[in-house]
Amino acid sequence: MRASKVVRTLAGTAVVALALAACGTSSGGTKAPDGGGVFTPPDVPMAESLGADEGTLSVLAWPGYAEDGSTDKSVDWVTPFEKATGCQVDVKTFGTSDEAVNLMNSGQYDVVSASGDASLRLIASGAVAPVNTDLVPNYADVWSFLKDRDWNSVDGQMYGIPHGYGANLLMYRSDLVDPAPTSWSSVFDDSSQYAGKVTSYDSPIYIADAALYLMNTQPDLGIKDPYALDEKQLAAAVDVLKAQRQNVGEYWSDYLKQIQSFTNGDSVIGTSWQVIVNLAQDEKVPVEAIFPDEGSTGWSDTWMVSSKTKSPNCAYAWLDHIISPEANDAVAEWFGEAPANAKACDLATEGFCDTYHAGDQAYSDQIHYWTTPIEQCLDGRTDVTCTTYQDWTTAWTEIKG
Amino acid sequence: MAINWRRHPRLQLGLLLGPPMLWLGVLYLGALAALFITSLWTVGPFGQGITRDWNLDNFRELATVPVYRTVAVRTLLTAVTVTVVDALLAFPIALYMAKVASPSRQRLLVILVLTPLWASYLVKAYAWRGMLSSSGPVAWLAQPLGLDTPGYGLTATVITLAYLWLPYMILPMYAGLERLPDSLLEASADLGAGTGMTMRRVVFPVLFPAFIAGSIFTFSLTMGDYIAVKIVGGANQMLGNVVYDSFLTGNNMPFAAAVSTIPVVVMLVYLAAVRRTGALESL
Repeated sequence: MRASKVVRTLAGTAVVALALAACGTSSGGTKAPDGGGVFTPPDVPMAESLGADEGTLSVLAWPGYAEDGSTDKSVDWVTPFEKATGCQVDVKTFGTSDEAVNLMNSGQYDVVSASGDASLRLIASGAVAPVNTDLVPNYADVWSFLKDRDWNSVDGQMYGIPHGYGANLLMYRSDLVDPAPTSWSSVFDDSSQYAGKVTSYDSPIYIADAALYLMNTQPDLGIKDPYALDEKQLAAAVDVLKAQRQNVGEYWSDYLKQIQSFTNGDSVIGTSWQVIVNLAQDEKVPVEAIFPDEGSTGWSDTWMVSSKTKSPNCAYAWLDHIISPEANDAVAEWFGEAPANAKACDLATEGFCDTYHAGDQAYSDQIHYWTTPIEQCLDGRTDVTCTTYQDWTTAWTEIKG
Repeated sequence: MAINWRRHPRLQLGLLLGPPMLWLGVLYLGALAALFITSLWTVGPFGQGITRDWNLDNFRELATVPVYRTVAVRTLLTAVTVTVVDALLAFPIALYMAKVASPSRQRLLVILVLTPLWASYLVKAYAWRGMLSSSGPVAWLAQPLGLDTPGYGLTATVITLAYLWLPYMILPMYAGLERLPDSLLEASADLGAGTGMTMRRVVFPVLFPAFIAGSIFTFSLTMGDYIAVKIVGGANQMLGNVVYDSFLTGNNMPFAAAVSTIPVVVMLVYLAAVRRTGALESL
């Protein structure tokens, strides 16, 4: 008898728990964009005017985007901001866009540096608010070809401030890889010569790198945009990556771990970022990086403001500060990307802006910027439906096996 | 106002048992139930929002896409291997601690076995990453012998996890062997049994429940682990990584919930099997 009473109590509490759980899960969010490629974001109010700074700001950023002198004493654009505005900055870095989306959806951060494959998802989930560019004076100096693009605006409404852009590079150990690679084929069709020492970026968005490779090597597939793949094209890209998987030593998303792998020689060749190359070379690791002739995937980043921010004034102050000529130049030179602010090039080290082709629209158009794949084919095809990021996520798990 | 507690024994019992029961019911069983319910829902195409239309799509995908079976089997085999390696390593150590060492040395050994638990999991896992790297100490020691480091992969994962969970196997085995009276071993020898026979007929039956207790730790901790394999597992993924990726990358909580029911089911089957052997009663 006593035992059965305990069971009943347990059952009772479990029912309460179920009810709580059912209430706790939100079914909010927006309807999928349907038909005609028109994408309706949720109605989130935009800031109309600014007031006094709140005193704190929590920043969610790519590594190297919000440096406060702790990585390198001379690299610091957070402290000047804190001194000028009185907003105490708290920085959290992330390794992949997926991580950024997830952290941003928690509502804990005021501003985020979002790449194109994160920004649409953030807009769709209502995590970020439209940005009133009139309240960001430095916006006027941003290259015009970065404004009102697919990945930072909807229907002519900007959702953030362009920050900078660049390409994913092919990095290799110059002492262990001979002859030096010239093409992405070194990590795809010819990767077996570095079996177990190839490294790839650990995110479904890396599928686009394989798609770009196929775009050049197998034109019959008809890939026009590596982010607009129908079922057949996705399957072909997956096959390329499954073949590559045999030779991959490890997938990376933590840049410090990638530097360590190249230092120890556990990885000798793979996709990387300029900032990683710089940091590794600072540590005297013999690495080089190239921008292969066939082009590359890349990023064009946007600073966005959380829809739940309690520090809108500090957030707008940050947006204006981070693309000010001084800060924008400092970030661009540290991270290794083209700055968004045209005036940053006046302050930059001589030749820097030429190296990164800053402001050169024709060059910029050659980089295939990370974008979230959606059902409506981004290359304009209407006779097929394209695979979505969810499909890519599943495919990525299959590739890793 | 004062309540006479003696006159309300039920209230007394309720207050005593209520909080722990609530803890167990709501936080443990409730969370498991919520997990299962979530696995029957779906998410939108951007991974945003959870639509509460009941369906079995997630489980259908789990059953039909072969990669999940591969990953589940890999995880299961890793868990079994880690458990076996730990049992083989723990047995001689526990036997020495319980039956050979002097009482003061016994205490010292218990402390030594427990000390690694004081260090952070991550520090230990990254230490193995350094040890096993191709320019690390393992390669340095092995190369003169014509061998090489296993490198990052499943072997490295098994080594790391077996190292991490070893204390959880030694302690129950040590406790089990301590309960074995020396007189039993002497009696066995007096009756003419050799070392092998004594081990088989006297020590192992006593040790078995202790092994089961230890294996529940090593097995279940390995089933759920996803960090060690990220650090030393190379390009491999385990069930935990699939859960992590579907949650974090795809923002697909329902599918993550569906995947995480696999280890739950495996553990239930394992516990049921253990129960049939009767080992749970003699713990």
